[in-house]
Amino acid sequence: MIEVENLTKEYGEFRAVDNISFTVEKGEILGFLGPNGAGKTTVMRILTCFFPPTKGKVMVAGYNCFEDSLNVRKRIGYLPQRVPLYEDMKVDDYLRFVAAIKGTPAKEVKRKAAKVMDDCGLSDVSHKLISTISGGYRQRVGIAQALVNDPEVLILDEPTVGLDPKQIKEIRTLIKELAGRHTVILSTHILPEVSILCGRVIIINQGKVVAEDRPENLRSESAQRMLLRINGNAPLIEQELSRVGGIKGVEREPASGDTHGFVVVFDDEKRGRQGIQAMIEKNKFELVEMRLLEVSLEDIFIKLVTKEEA
Amino acid sequence: MNIRNVSLILNRELKSYFSSLTVYIVIIMFLLMTGYFFYNLVATFSIVSFQAQSDPMLAKQYQLLNINETVIRPLFGTIGIILLLMTPLLTMRLLAEEKKTGTIELLLTFPVDDVDVVLGKYLACLAVVLTMILLTVTYPVLLVAFGEPEVVPIVTGYLGLVLLGAAAISLGIFTSSLTENQIVSASLSFAMLFFFWFLGYSVQLVSAGLGQFLGYLSINEHIESMSKGVVDSTDIIYYLCFIALFLFLTLRSLEAKRWR
Repeated sequence: MIEVENLTKEYGEFRAVDNISFTVEKGEILGFLGPNGAGKTTVMRILTCFFPPTKGKVMVAGYNCFEDSLNVRKRIGYLPQRVPLYEDMKVDDYLRFVAAIKGTPAKEVKRKAAKVMDDCGLSDVSHKLISTISGGYRQRVGIAQALVNDPEVLILDEPTVGLDPKQIKEIRTLIKELAGRHTVILSTHILPEVSILCGRVIIINQGKVVAEDRPENLRSESAQRMLLRINGNAPLIEQELSRVGGIKGVEREPASGDTHGFVVVFDDEKRGRQGIQAMIEKNKFELVEMRLLEVSLEDIFIKLVTKEEA
Repeated sequence: MNIRNVSLILNRELKSYFSSLTVYIVIIMFLLMTGYFFYNLVATFSIVSFQAQSDPMLAKQYQLLNINETVIRPLFGTIGIILLLMTPLLTMRLLAEEKKTGTIELLLTFPVDDVDVVLGKYLACLAVVLTMILLTVTYPVLLVAFGEPEVVPIVTGYLGLVLLGAAAISLGIFTSSLTENQIVSASLSFAMLFFFWFLGYSVQLVSAGLGQFLGYLSINEHIESMSKGVVDSTDIIYYLCFIALFLFLTLRSLEAKRWR
């Protein structure tokens, strides 16, 4: 559905996007992840034909973004980062305007606008001026205008920024429902969002792709860690732990009373776990807690991004 | 060009014009200023007419007693200049505001040609200016009701005003495309419109050939003959070329933004 080949974008001397290639299949939700200024928005603006690339080929829904921009624009819905809306319009007027300008036949404009307001939970504010509605509703109006012509491709630039937790949850549910029917690309710098929503992630930093995989694969590549909380003599426990095979390193966690905390980084998870068990039984330590630490995407992200810089 | 898209953008733009205070203030100021000049011209004319009844020397100066010459012609000249003062206030927001708020990003990623966007906005502003001009029709209607002016110069004078307004808007939408700051856009429009106006003043200062050329470039020289009842095709061509040039430059300026 979307093919990007050797995409490069330069602003004068500054190279915002550097030779990026990727494809997105129909019905997929692709997450675009990266720190601020990584080039996410630039890629999205090229995909939406807002400006052309310096080099490279971009195809959306079978049309070239540069040569056949009108045909691409008919097939996309776009939510820009700051959600720019006409503040002086009412929600329903605005959505009718967008529906019409995206080529909906005059007879269906009203129905389509009503449907999308229903889908996005906007019926309560439909007669209010956009300048008077809350941030959460604004964001929904932004998504509604992207959805109103039922586009094949949805491009959402940081769709949950600035919302409260409840609104974030609602917007995420909404986006999740779109998968399958629509192809979605969304950018974010919030990591849990990616693991909740996206089937695949592309991490970019300084204009380059640094990783591309499914969120769970990215996670499994990283080292496993385990938290142990044990009652007893701390230096002795640490000494004993470091002798166990299959363990790369041990870090001390803050203690509470007699209970000392340790984070163990595994080399070989199975061997390490068995070793720890044997060690505790042998020394008759009192085990309080033992739990595998989930590797967060944050860790992977920071690792990838800092590796790139090093 | 797609007529439906043009009319959609025109409608949206008009709604947005009339939902803000600016338009009402501009229209009121325009009517106050033109009305004040109209009152002065008529008052002067009636005083001179009264004096002519008792002063045979004055009565021989037919120029002063011709309502077309002493009221209507200066009135059109003044309305034209006030129009040049007002249009930048209407055009400044057309593209600059969309750039400032970022709505241009959505507008230009909708499936519409840049031409449709520029034309829709241009026509919306033209509709406002036409409304303003139309409201001044009360002045000549009063003259026709209480005096006996020639009607043809009034009609051609209005044609001239419409063309002048249309030209000023095209320049205004161009300066609005250059910046995201509405004040900068308005200042640029004022400067350029006044430049085109003052060109007419330098006619006497330079050689005859150059003077004629500068006179031809001047934006309000051309309504002069129209307010006398003469419609010259060169005048009409001047305004049409002026409008086409600045709309073309606006399109180029929008396109250039995409490449930067």
